[in-house]
Amino acid sequence: MVNPNVQGKKYPATNPYLVGREKIREFAHAVKSTNPINLDVFAAQAAGYNDVVAPPTFAVVIQERSLATVLGDPEADIDFSRVVHGDQRFIHARPIVAGDELVSVLEVASVKTLGAHSMVTFETKIYAEGDELVCTAISTLVVRGGE
Amino acid sequence: MTHINIAALEVGQVIGTTEFLLTRDSLVRYAGASGDFNPIHYRDDVAKSVGLDGVLAHGMLTMGAAVQVAVDWVGDAGKVVDYGVRFTKPVFVDAQDGAVLIVTGKIGEIDAENREVRIDLTATFNETAVLGKAQARVRV
Repeated sequence: MVNPNVQGKKYPATNPYLVGREKIREFAHAVKSTNPINLDVFAAQAAGYNDVVAPPTFAVVIQERSLATVLGDPEADIDFSRVVHGDQRFIHARPIVAGDELVSVLEVASVKTLGAHSMVTFETKIYAEGDELVCTAISTLVVRGGE
Repeated sequence: MTHINIAALEVGQVIGTTEFLLTRDSLVRYAGASGDFNPIHYRDDVAKSVGLDGVLAHGMLTMGAAVQVAVDWVGDAGKVVDYGVRFTKPVFVDAQDGAVLIVTGKIGEIDAENREVRIDLTATFNETAVLGKAQARVRV
């Protein structure tokens, strides 16, 4: 059972993550993207970006870094082996582009209990240099109760 | 660059269908690219020990592949401003044959004033929907 008292808890910003061009290409191939904006610097620049653009779900990589902090927090008491991903959303103020240096700040938006199960919703705000909000990632994990 | 005439769009219009073959190779590749190394995505013994029928695809791989239908239509991955899904059913990936994910995108809503279109995505595996409320807002 997830500790309901962590609702509203904020976790400190992660160390900066430098988004690499090859990392974007690797991720793009992994999600079966063939979009030149993800892969080709010249295509991305022709479309007005500084460098290749990350696929719409790339922010999960940054979100995971914050989530790892929560999963390691004894106060939250989340048993990772019982976690199922319930839903996920990414709201982009602008796309993530190679060269961005990103930090994320996570807040436990809600903890709900449904019988033996818990549903925890996390809101992760991802910022580029100068506190520029790039993306808000919202993730709900279902933590199955013990039998 | 694709040019979309927003005035010519209609709600309900199909923008595209794509079949994605997800193999064990795809899962290992996604694990490496995303950093999600949960062994239920590459080890049958571990998957079975936690009560699953076998290795399943990362939900985030299904989510990431599904949105490509919207990306291909708009022509620019940077134009997806809001994308959310619910994970409703697992996609089991056979060691030999993989799994075929069929994704169709339809226009769900047109916001001409803000030049945004909501694309509603359906993703099916073995004729069962695996994502719920999969919606991508794209700037056109």
